[in-house]
Amino acid sequence: MAVLEILVYPDPRLKQISEPVETVDQALLDFIADLEETMRAGPGGVGIAAPQVGCFKRIVIVDVSCKPKIPHHGRLVLINPVIATSNGSVVGREGCLSVPDYTGNVARAERITLNAWDETGAERVYSMEGFEARAVQHEMDHLEGLLFLDRLVSRRDIFRRKVYQKPRASVSKPS
Amino acid sequence: MKKWYMVTLVGRDQPGIVAGVAQALYAGRCNLGEASMARLGGNFATMLMVEFDGEIPALEAMLEEVSGRMGLRCHVDAIEAGLHCHIEPDVRISVYGADRAGIVAEVTGALAEAGLNILNLETDIGGTEENPIYIMHLDGVAGRGAAALRSVLETLSREKNVEARLVENDLLMG
Ligand SMILES: [Zn+2]
Repeated sequence: MAVLEILVYPDPRLKQISEPVETVDQALLDFIADLEETMRAGPGGVGIAAPQVGCFKRIVIVDVSCKPKIPHHGRLVLINPVIATSNGSVVGREGCLSVPDYTGNVARAERITLNAWDETGAERVYSMEGFEARAVQHEMDHLEGLLFLDRLVSRRDIFRRKVYQKPRASVSKPS
Repeated sequence: MKKWYMVTLVGRDQPGIVAGVAQALYAGRCNLGEASMARLGGNFATMLMVEFDGEIPALEAMLEEVSGRMGLRCHVDAIEAGLHCHIEPDVRISVYGADRAGIVAEVTGALAEAGLNILNLETDIGGTEENPIYIMHLDGVAGRGAAALRSVLETLSREKNVEARLVENDLLMG
């Protein structure tokens, strides 16, 4: 096990699109263990994507279980994840292990369902919301060469969203 | 030794101010740090952190031509500053309601008493001439916790007839 070096923007490799994983083998599992150790070594890191350590494969790890009182799936290894459905919009503050000394507000889907392989290569389906869903979307962006900097909203946008969505939110039916 | 200045420019808004100022500073070998610009009631107002090797008169002289051409008043202060001094806001608060005198003072005063350190504040007047509405958005640090601020906001909404909302920033680091 090893803590890997994290690429830091403006490293152009962070803008690269990652390739699907073909097979899950021991080498891949060893890499995933290192990736997880790297995530846990960073301060407050709740997720990491393989391209952040210069491995351009579609793998992300998310674990938001350290946050109190929120629904979550614990430690999640997502291989070749695909978001199947997404609903709602919520603005939250994000930072990135690859973007030191800057945080900003980003709009994300509030609830998502996704398909991904687990570490045995089995196809899994997850349904998630809130902080965990935001974390997965942040990490999956890395697979597309996107950073939260590509999705910043201004303070004014946050406010508009909040004020004008209020009536709609109160009449929407639970899906 | 890097020297930092705060340049404040105020004037009637017109296209090309930011570009004109930035070019004058670049030509004078200044570096720009953090900056904020707003259009307030048709006026342009900006604050720029500027890094410059010389003294205040030289910086003022550098901005004289563009200020004159664009009708800007320019003010320069030497500041103790540096980059990478961000403070992370842990709450964001929005308040709105019918506009009336004293609302900003009431809201910010009550929040300050409950421990809020305001990092960013933006207020606006919308609605119509007859029925103006007041809209405020702020980011800050809840020095005594978000619950203290929530209870103040509840009181304000009840007693002052404003809509108030607080969101805790659940910083996602990934
Ligand atoms: Zn990231």
